[in-house]
Amino acid sequence: MKIDPQQVEDAARELYIRAVKLLPPDIKQGFAGLVKRETDATAQGVLGTMLVNIQVAEDTDNLLCQDTGIPIYNVRIGRNVELDGFAMKQAIRKGCERATREHPLRSSVVHPVTRKNEHSSCGRHVPVIHIDFCSDEELLEIEMIPKGSGSENNSFLKMAIPADGVDAIKTFVIDCVLEAGGKTCPPTIVGVGVGGTADLCVHLSKVAATRALGSRCSDREGAKLEEALTEAGNMLGVGPQGLGGDSTAFAVHVETAATHITMNPVAVNMQCHSARRARATFRPAGLEYGY
Amino acid sequence: MAHYDLHMPVFEEQVRALRINDTVTLHGTLYGIRDATQIHMFDRGRKPRFDLKGHAVIHTAPNVRKVDKSAEFPAGYAPVCIGTTTSDRMERFTRPLMKQYGVRFIIGKGGMREGSAQSFADIGGAYLAVIGGTAALETTWIEAIEDVDMDDLKPESLWKFRLKGFCPLLVAMDSHGGSLYTAVKANSQARRAQALASLGVAVK
Repeated sequence: MKIDPQQVEDAARELYIRAVKLLPPDIKQGFAGLVKRETDATAQGVLGTMLVNIQVAEDTDNLLCQDTGIPIYNVRIGRNVELDGFAMKQAIRKGCERATREHPLRSSVVHPVTRKNEHSSCGRHVPVIHIDFCSDEELLEIEMIPKGSGSENNSFLKMAIPADGVDAIKTFVIDCVLEAGGKTCPPTIVGVGVGGTADLCVHLSKVAATRALGSRCSDREGAKLEEALTEAGNMLGVGPQGLGGDSTAFAVHVETAATHITMNPVAVNMQCHSARRARATFRPAGLEYGY
Repeated sequence: MAHYDLHMPVFEEQVRALRINDTVTLHGTLYGIRDATQIHMFDRGRKPRFDLKGHAVIHTAPNVRKVDKSAEFPAGYAPVCIGTTTSDRMERFTRPLMKQYGVRFIIGKGGMREGSAQSFADIGGAYLAVIGGTAALETTWIEAIEDVDMDDLKPESLWKFRLKGFCPLLVAMDSHGGSLYTAVKANSQARRAQALASLGVAVK
């Protein structure tokens, strides 16, 4: 399967616009689950307003949230795909910029020192582009995540020590949820990275935070932690928007990596209730958009 | 719990009447303000040309479309999506906003800290919570972008919005020391031990 950079550019543009407007079905189901279980009246009101907003965004073809986020593109390339990797990265950047100027979308991206906004949603190393490979033959998949800052500003890393064991991981996650309070726009998906190096650990926490609801960690130990931490996190009573209630998190997601004998790293990254995500899948039969 | 319809600007007595858990609908004018706007106002001495006295400011940086100026778009901007950002980052600006500019309401999400609570009590102000991440809905409460100042900071300009009726806003911090966030935080801290126990962690 041969991929033309122009197709990638058009998809990168379309993905950004789709992502900021259409909430994935798994997140909508997540809301339905929370509404069913929530016992606090204020929290029910807050969840109700969030549901109205999702509907208004669809009815008016508008953005779910004003925060267009930092654009992230995750690319997965199959084994029998012919493409110019350098041109693909340029095409993603161009598509991201076109979405921003043509829709238009608010460019939320500035230089970290001068704070200058190029009004393109692009800058040094942004959009963030991750490239990985998969065992499928003729497949190219591009996932787009506009990562909002309210949740991203509540990102945490702790290089715990082996002597503190898994208790250090659990305690850290709970304390991060407490510390974040309403600032992350709960209900959130709490992403937890366990193990690896410092940078890998933080990356895993982002992978976990942006994974579809209902998915499980492929490491059995990670999956066990997910279940226990989800229940414990929702005991805290932070609630939607930090105004109290049972619905603090849709779920806690965990991703793990092997680590050093002397290390016990844990990272937390959160995704807000507007857990936006869009996906373009290129196959020989054509291009398909989804979540 | 009472509901108030307030036409902006307001006087101190109107703000003092509000208690946490009351709800408010704002009418008339609302100003949009953000990190960079306030950094420039208070750290770099820029003076906005709007009179903010008695008004409400919302922590926002909207999505807008540049259009020709007209009666419908007096500032040359059409609103695309206008929402709310996390207020906590702008904590240190609450007192100068109120003291130097006479601002009475801060609208945002996630709440503010002790310093803001003290300013609301000392000077007469309140924090009105809007549900974060519900910008598509909030946009329907705004009639027009009437004017804009400090537009070199776009999207963090100082925006002047004309409202259709901006609601429902929850009084989350009042001028009597009441704060829903403090109450929830204390409750959450108290539940920490129970959450850790459920994970088999002994609390030290």
